[in-house]
Amino acid sequence: MANQFFISDIDGMYVLFFSLLIGIEVIKNVPAILHTPLMSGANAISGIILIGGIIQLLSVESTAYFEIIASALAVLMATINIAGGFFVTHRMLSMFSSSKAKNK
Amino acid sequence: MDLLIDIAYLLAAIGFILGLKLMGNPKKAKIGNYVAAIGMVIAIIATAILILNNSPKVANVVFLIAALTIGTIIGRFMAYKVEMTGMPQLVSLFNALGGAAAVIISINEAVINLNTPLSLLVNIVLTLGAILGGISFTGSIVAYFKLANKFNIGNQNLARILSRLLLLIIIAGSVAFFIVPGLGISFLTFIVVMSVISLIYGVVFTVPIGGADMPVLVSFLNAITGVATAFSGIAFNSPIMLIGGILVGATGVYLTMQMCTAMNRSLAVVLAGKITSGNASKGSNASIQVQRITSVETASLLAFSKNIAIIPGYGMAVAQAQQACYELQKNLMSKGASLTYIIHPVAGRMPGHMNVLLAEANIDYKYIKDMVDVNDAMEQFDTAIIIGANDVVNPAAETDEDSVIYGMPIIKAYQAKQVIVMKRGMATGYSGASNPLLERNNCKVLFGDAKESLTKIIDELKKI
Repeated sequence: MANQFFISDIDGMYVLFFSLLIGIEVIKNVPAILHTPLMSGANAISGIILIGGIIQLLSVESTAYFEIIASALAVLMATINIAGGFFVTHRMLSMFSSSKAKNK
Repeated sequence: MDLLIDIAYLLAAIGFILGLKLMGNPKKAKIGNYVAAIGMVIAIIATAILILNNSPKVANVVFLIAALTIGTIIGRFMAYKVEMTGMPQLVSLFNALGGAAAVIISINEAVINLNTPLSLLVNIVLTLGAILGGISFTGSIVAYFKLANKFNIGNQNLARILSRLLLLIIIAGSVAFFIVPGLGISFLTFIVVMSVISLIYGVVFTVPIGGADMPVLVSFLNAITGVATAFSGIAFNSPIMLIGGILVGATGVYLTMQMCTAMNRSLAVVLAGKITSGNASKGSNASIQVQRITSVETASLLAFSKNIAIIPGYGMAVAQAQQACYELQKNLMSKGASLTYIIHPVAGRMPGHMNVLLAEANIDYKYIKDMVDVNDAMEQFDTAIIIGANDVVNPAAETDEDSVIYGMPIIKAYQAKQVIVMKRGMATGYSGASNPLLERNNCKVLFGDAKESLTKIIDELKKI
């Protein structure tokens, strides 16, 4: 796999630093009430590692059993991380909104 | 076609950023979660199409769909099965899975490219991904057990020494492998060895860290997984992995710092596991003489209080007393009392955890105040009821330099005219520090299960 990420230009560095700054900027001044949902939401996003697993799983030969099982396992674990993270965040945030609605 | 894929990735990245942004706003947080999830789905579909377009391996798609489906079902099951009190453990467990995936993917990449040497850059980022993923994996597992109180702390000093030694081995080993030519070790061997060492390091690094600091650690390990993902993103030439990983890393580190500020501790101190280092600092409440109070007396006291503070802690959630708390609130407010919930930044097990628990019981957040907003005016409260909280109201944090929690900001409950502590027994809080609040003149203790006690108080109040 030819890696053009840093070799051709420094696009990758732009992405890196801008993401870093945006990440900090985006969650600045978030009220403490939302810290727990935000943590689990961010946790779900970190499951994006599954993209690597998908790339592996779909590019290896169908007879390469070790590689297939390993990447399928990685995809499975990352999917639990993602799905679980988003569902649990949704569940928490639903509680906030239902308590609002009821008292209005 | 490639352009479409690139646009899809761009949309996914925007989804993540916008999603996180919206999640920081109480009114739009739910939409934010959807937006981020949609971004994730777009990224997954785009990747599958991209790879299949280049090399159609239909048989493997079966595995992919199976893994995605089963993973979603398990994730959803876990997310809905967990009690809200167990939220921090669950986040920790999910994070462990993400870390494990990072290790497997890095090693697998080395296996796949066994006969076609990768570039130095790719080797380095794969190694970093495996190391950080490994630390995050086992570290999160230990944090999970500690949060679930299933972990007996072993020899902490040994763990501390081992962790420094292993960190040194990881750094020195990596530097040697990449700088010294012709070591005769294959990259696969190297990355497997490094992964194993990192897995052990994750354990010994986490073990000495105090139980009360676990939320900080979970947040920190979450950030580590993000960084591991970002490194893998470089290896896979995948900007969306890089962006997602860096975003999580940045938000994770920022949240970690905020939590540290809330607890008045530096991250370095937390990670060094200093909280449990003092041997003499552990205490017990065994020798403390307390004034007892009954539910009936509590009810009459509350009936004559105009301004009441409720300070909930993890114990309230464990006793499932939120609903009873809400009933009490309704009753007292119908009698014309004003009532305020005061939340410590780390009440429950992590910031915002208590807010979630109260929201679960339909308690309106306009009655919920943060510690910093009311702490200077605690004298205004006729009665402060402390339900299942301990460390966060422990005045030893202000006065006793030997206490494990010295320096942590606390809710100054002791300044209220009358304090009632609802406790099951004389046990100490999560930190293990003894609580001198209990022997103060204005403090009375109501022993018993929080839910039962509250129910009795409400019954008494109805008679009045």
